[in-house]
Amino acid sequence: MSETPETRHTEGRRASAGGAARPPVPVIAPGHSFSTVTDKISAIVLTRSTGLGWWFGFGIAFLLVNVLLISLTYLIAEGTGIWGVNVPVGWGFAIINFVWWIGIGHAGTLISAILLLFKQSWRTSINRFAEAMTLFAVACAAIFPLIHTGRPWLAIYWLFPYPNTMDVWPQFRSPLIWDVFAVSTYATVSALFWFVGLIPDLATLRDRSESKVGRVIYGALAMGWRGSAHHWHRYETAYLLLAGLATPLVVSVHTIVSFDFAVSVVPGWHATIFPPYFVAGAIYSGFAMVLTLAIPIRKIYGLEDFITERHLNNMAKILLVTGLIVAYGYMIEAFMAWYSANTYETYMMRNRMTGPYGPFYWALILCNGVIPQFLWIKKIRTNVLLLFIISLIVNVGMWLERFVIVVTSLHRDFLPSSWGRYSPTVWDWGLYVGTIGLFLALLFLFLRFLPMISIFEMRTLVPDAKPGDGGSGGAR
Amino acid sequence: MKPSGRPKIYGLMAEFEHSRGLVEAARRAHHEGYRRMDAYSPVPIEELHDALHMHDNRLPKLVLTGGVLGGLGGYGLQYWVSTIAYPLNVGGRPPHSWPAFIPVTFELTILAAALTAVLGMLALNGLPQPFHPVFNVPRFALASRNRFFLCIEAVDPKFHIEKTRTFLESLGAREVTTVEN
Repeated sequence: MSETPETRHTEGRRASAGGAARPPVPVIAPGHSFSTVTDKISAIVLTRSTGLGWWFGFGIAFLLVNVLLISLTYLIAEGTGIWGVNVPVGWGFAIINFVWWIGIGHAGTLISAILLLFKQSWRTSINRFAEAMTLFAVACAAIFPLIHTGRPWLAIYWLFPYPNTMDVWPQFRSPLIWDVFAVSTYATVSALFWFVGLIPDLATLRDRSESKVGRVIYGALAMGWRGSAHHWHRYETAYLLLAGLATPLVVSVHTIVSFDFAVSVVPGWHATIFPPYFVAGAIYSGFAMVLTLAIPIRKIYGLEDFITERHLNNMAKILLVTGLIVAYGYMIEAFMAWYSANTYETYMMRNRMTGPYGPFYWALILCNGVIPQFLWIKKIRTNVLLLFIISLIVNVGMWLERFVIVVTSLHRDFLPSSWGRYSPTVWDWGLYVGTIGLFLALLFLFLRFLPMISIFEMRTLVPDAKPGDGGSGGAR
Repeated sequence: MKPSGRPKIYGLMAEFEHSRGLVEAARRAHHEGYRRMDAYSPVPIEELHDALHMHDNRLPKLVLTGGVLGGLGGYGLQYWVSTIAYPLNVGGRPPHSWPAFIPVTFELTILAAALTAVLGMLALNGLPQPFHPVFNVPRFALASRNRFFLCIEAVDPKFHIEKTRTFLESLGAREVTTVEN
């Protein structure tokens, strides 16, 4: 193995362990120290000038939030009759969007928890905003089942077990109740994980903020964190335990979401492949969304030192792998429909491919199954623009997948006399586009007011973090 | 607000430029017999666990307890609701249809364990704590950026304002400051 002294300096440990022919790109550009990492990331938040670009982006997102608010208001005033749903397609956009959003959230937890347990140090610079993405995606997802109940003000006693004057309790054998517990637990644990990760960084912002308001707000949120060794000890234990708890949780959430479908008897839904196929699809769409966000953010905020080519390359590989699992799921769905020799299953698959929604099916195969195969080529994985385009295509593909699953199974099931068609109304679109606005608006606020990269974890990547390494020091 | 018997000095704080310096200083101070001290750093430093002889393993036990209670509580809730409070016949399944109760039991196990992990960590660390004497040292703001601090507290039996200061200076500290209470 040939390597220059320079690559050995920055890449020594990994290169010698892996024995790779070419030195991998580092997870943090060389030359950074504790102070440069701290200053660079906190300066994005602590600057007094808010860029015009930020206002422009936030403004558009805020307009879309208003579309959401108008759509919600009209929905609550009029009822779900304003949607395109009817017999036989009773699930429509609300459930499609719910599954799409909740799936996007999964990448955040995967990056923050599972990659932490596997000691993947490259996760460090993307985990904070991936977790934020999770929280905002779950917030968007949670809107849909709630409004889908039709009368959300009653949903509290339909969904949550609490002693009420009617003595009525939820039905715990229903996957929809499992969903309530899975999604609310997921939202809570994601928020906890995110907040715990933020505490030391909030202390940094408190100490570095020059405005009194900033000091008070960041100081209150940091809760008096002072970096004591005793605190760090328990903090790290808690963080690791949270990662260990979040790992099975994230797998369970989309498993339970898939139960909403799989526990039914509807052709195309009643399949044992659903849980793993849904979990893989969730991670797939989530990584696509992380790439969609990371690529412009690193460019706009000049974070190429921290989110390097290696991060993009690794995420593209995960996209490729989960995409292959999803493609396998599509193949097994088709195979089982044929192999079951069941009239309804066979017809469902034929109708899915050649029926009125056939073009959507083939579009999803193209978006999720064919185009991501370009990621086998390293030149494309490291081409930022192409990767960005592929990530957008996967986002679209994963939305189409949920559309196809929900609509094609429902619109023609067992009884031809009750077959029908589904098309969304302007209010369906208003809610969908509105949640995209909510997601982006929250993201813009997050980028402006909180460190988008974990500062203290980035410090652990510079040489002085490990006393044994004999690094050149954090005092620079 | 200050209790009358409280000493004016909280302790002595030494500032180090490198984590190595801090770890070495903590080790030497422990060897010297100092026990009431704490180290402050911008990153977690594993070596400090040994240097300061920290043996607090209460958190994992708390989390296990929280998780077990969450699981039992979740299962118990479903059992009570489905068989005692509001028995419903769903497709002829028995009231106590345990396989259907597993998902919620699992979720509540995770929820209770995660809440215990976070609240337990904060409680054991004594957070939120808006004020602490170490914040009286102006340069301590760098503890969240790039500097490392070791504070020997005045309550330590071996603490002596002059001798301890000399000792800390001998450890290669950049600066030794008195921490006002």
